[in-house]
Amino acid sequence: MKWAVIDFPGSSGTEDILHVLRSLLNEEAEGVWYKDTDLSAYDVIILPSGASFGDYLRSGAIASITPAIQALKEERKKGKLICGIGNGFQILLEAGFLPGAIRRNRLLKFICAKSKLIVKNNNTPFTNQYEQQQEVNIPVAHQYGNYVCDKEIRQQLEENNQIVFQYYDDLNGSMDHIAGIVSEDKRVLGLMPHPERASESIIGSTDGLALFQSIIHHWREEHDRTS
Amino acid sequence: MTGLHEPTPEQIKEEKIYKEMGMKEEEYDYAVKLLGRLPNYTETGLFSVMWSEHCSYKSSKALLRKFPTEGKQVLQGPGEGAGIVDIGDEQAAVFKIESHNSPSAVEPYEGAATGVGGIMRDVFSMGARPIALLNSLRFGELTTPRVRYLFEEAVAGIAGYGNRVGVPTVGGEVKFDPSYEKNPLVNAMCVGLLDHKDMKKGQASGVGNTVIYIGPPTGRDGIHGATFSSESLSDEDPSERPSIQAGDPFMEKIVMEACLEIVQSDALIGIQDMGAAGLTSSSAEMASKAGYGIEMNLDLVPQREEGMTPYEMMLSESQERMLLVVKKGREKEIKDICERWGVMYSEIGHVTEDKNLRLLHKGKVVAEVPVDALAEDVPEYDLPTKEPAFYREQQAKEPVHYKVENVKETLVELLQQPTIASKEWVYSQYDYLAQANTVVSPGSDAGIIRIRGTNKALAMTTDCNARYLYLDPEVGGKITVAEATRNIICSGGKPLGLTDCLNFGSPENPEIYWQLDRAIEGMSEACRTLNTPVIGGNVSLYNEKGDSAIYPTPIVGVVGLIEDVAHITTQSFKNEGDLVYVLGEAQPEFGGSELQKLREGDISGRPPALDLKVEKERQTAVLQAIQSGVIASAHDISEGGFLVAVAKCLFDTNVGAEITIAGEAATELFSETQSRYVLTVPAEKKEALKEMIPSAKEIGRVTGDGRLTIRAASGETLMDAEVKELESAWKGAIPCLVKLKA
Repeated sequence: MKWAVIDFPGSSGTEDILHVLRSLLNEEAEGVWYKDTDLSAYDVIILPSGASFGDYLRSGAIASITPAIQALKEERKKGKLICGIGNGFQILLEAGFLPGAIRRNRLLKFICAKSKLIVKNNNTPFTNQYEQQQEVNIPVAHQYGNYVCDKEIRQQLEENNQIVFQYYDDLNGSMDHIAGIVSEDKRVLGLMPHPERASESIIGSTDGLALFQSIIHHWREEHDRTS
Repeated sequence: MTGLHEPTPEQIKEEKIYKEMGMKEEEYDYAVKLLGRLPNYTETGLFSVMWSEHCSYKSSKALLRKFPTEGKQVLQGPGEGAGIVDIGDEQAAVFKIESHNSPSAVEPYEGAATGVGGIMRDVFSMGARPIALLNSLRFGELTTPRVRYLFEEAVAGIAGYGNRVGVPTVGGEVKFDPSYEKNPLVNAMCVGLLDHKDMKKGQASGVGNTVIYIGPPTGRDGIHGATFSSESLSDEDPSERPSIQAGDPFMEKIVMEACLEIVQSDALIGIQDMGAAGLTSSSAEMASKAGYGIEMNLDLVPQREEGMTPYEMMLSESQERMLLVVKKGREKEIKDICERWGVMYSEIGHVTEDKNLRLLHKGKVVAEVPVDALAEDVPEYDLPTKEPAFYREQQAKEPVHYKVENVKETLVELLQQPTIASKEWVYSQYDYLAQANTVVSPGSDAGIIRIRGTNKALAMTTDCNARYLYLDPEVGGKITVAEATRNIICSGGKPLGLTDCLNFGSPENPEIYWQLDRAIEGMSEACRTLNTPVIGGNVSLYNEKGDSAIYPTPIVGVVGLIEDVAHITTQSFKNEGDLVYVLGEAQPEFGGSELQKLREGDISGRPPALDLKVEKERQTAVLQAIQSGVIASAHDISEGGFLVAVAKCLFDTNVGAEITIAGEAATELFSETQSRYVLTVPAEKKEALKEMIPSAKEIGRVTGDGRLTIRAASGETLMDAEVKELESAWKGAIPCLVKLKA
């Protein structure tokens, strides 16, 4: 199993995610430059947090039209697992991998907080190592994390159990306290909180590790079935 | 050698045009002597900016020499972009603090943002990756819309810049006092992590080697910024706006990543940030330090605007630019890295033998000045000092005593003082968790960053209680160093070194110069005793508007090494049943205290005394006790005194405390006597503590009921309050003040 973390100019989470994957989980993972046009060698593709292209225009807007995201669309068709964290989530929304949009936090300010989340759906490739309704400590750090969508999408998200993480409190004005959603086929996850910053007890929480472990677990199961 | 429409050398002399550039007549005459002829307009500009206080420290140099700068841990002392201390395992910590006060007073968002950007460049130009930021801020009282605007925008600027570059802001301090109303202070500190092998310096050596400009094009922003920072602010002069630079954090991020890749290459000879005085200071200083000269063709400097003159290009302070010297023939390696990151690259000159800074523009030599004349032969002033009558008056005052009728009410009022109140409103806007290494977040005594791949961590803090310095700069200077190092000790770290930012009024006022002299004297003595050498820093003088100068505010930043992450300690009380100790006897010392400020609206008298020998003994003892695993929590007693300290130890926990005090209540609870600590210890470690710190007095225990109860020796209850109630007063104060839109 091979992981890619796509690195954009302005991304800052790449090294942190690679640290979790390589040093803590012994996974084979590498950073891939945003100009790369072929992602077929990878099984899981992560879009990291940070401020790709300085958050200029809109967070994630410029990154969403880069060669790597074009390549990612090909991998999406093949059903590869894709996860966007923070800015990565914003890129997935801008590129149309996930429905809805992100607005500026309701109080307009950047929020860094050791937030508590609720796992709303543990039946996805990204959350199978959590308990349903489990409360987890995974921090946030964003100025644009206020999720919004129209009525139809909201209904669809609910009916298909696409809301996977909710904030315990109303953190940033996000609709239904949404912190993370999956695509209809559950192969794409986008979330604003940072599991890579909650993967070691020395830095305050290990609750984020289960997200990466869920992906490993799911891939192995799927892989065992098909091989 | 004269640009179009520029005054001739003779006009500059006759009409004293150099004065508009901030140069004094005797300085101009000295420049003429060094040059052996009259300087032209561009050359006069070079001298004026290089000899500004901001770049040359001409008024403070004589005093700065008093600082101890050596220690076996010091790898790089003052004089480079940032200082470096060894932390073992072929790694080092690189750090520096710098002011951005003047720009922040005019345009607080950009002023604060570019302050953060500049200090990061100082650190990564040494070859180190920035791993943490801290900020020390000073504003007037939050009672006027203007002050609230300055405060909110400065915080937003720090957040907007630091967060986007992906460096966590893990500490700092914000204090409020009327003396900063028109002169806010924005001091930014950056800490970097360096592998010894990557250590770089700002040097331009080797004749023929190539001078390379990287980063965004040069514009007309920030021209003469260094000079602007070396003058008193006039009242709302809109013509000062061009001295303000605009920051681009995205550019900073990609320039930083490119530079951190470039420093790995042995093709690189030297690298320096184009900070204050931009292209002038970086080129002249790099050449002067190495004993060479530099020739640059200004036509090759990337330019944002058309028709820029040599004067404008040399004095621009456009942000996020770096100057590199690269081995001849190896340029392409550097160019490739820049291209990959999308960073502009231009070869603009080469190193020469003649020790001159020679500038070409449109085929002509437009300036030729010895680099040493700009960077080394700076006029130096030993200014007159005068002990102010104010100081004598304060020294002569009888110590004040206060009666406290209602302990709880007094505590709540103190907790709501903006200087003491929770700064969560500020730091929740900073991404203090970026890079996923933050062990202790803002709000404790020091921020703590673990070092990946090791068992070590770095503790870092900034501090200064300027009220004490205002009353007695020497004692206040000592206390500043002592308190900052105490914060590191309480976190389980050994202080390694110190960086300072000396924010004062005009040195030309003998009473202010006296403050500066005394403060440095006090700080130096403390640094020597506490083995915390000064490894770099910055001087910000002329912080005065009209006739009111700021309180003398030498902010210090200290970095300490935590040898084993198991030693990391916080101020929070941990478990029910732990025993509470106080180390150090309270004396009735209220001069400059929070209680005095609260009661009288002003401060007077003598600040608390500091015995450095006692300070050192206690720091050593507390650190030893922490390292041997005896201590559950540690916190020093500072602003507000013992009771404020204990209350803070209880916030954000589920526990409470029962404490019995021995002496007179106001002194025991609210005096700001120095070198004191609140410690908690698990009951079973009682004997061990007694052995290690015999003078620590057991005064109570941690309870499980979430209440803070204070009793007198007689058994009388002086206070019994719910911690949650105290906490909400403490947390609510600043959000409440910033929401007032009068």
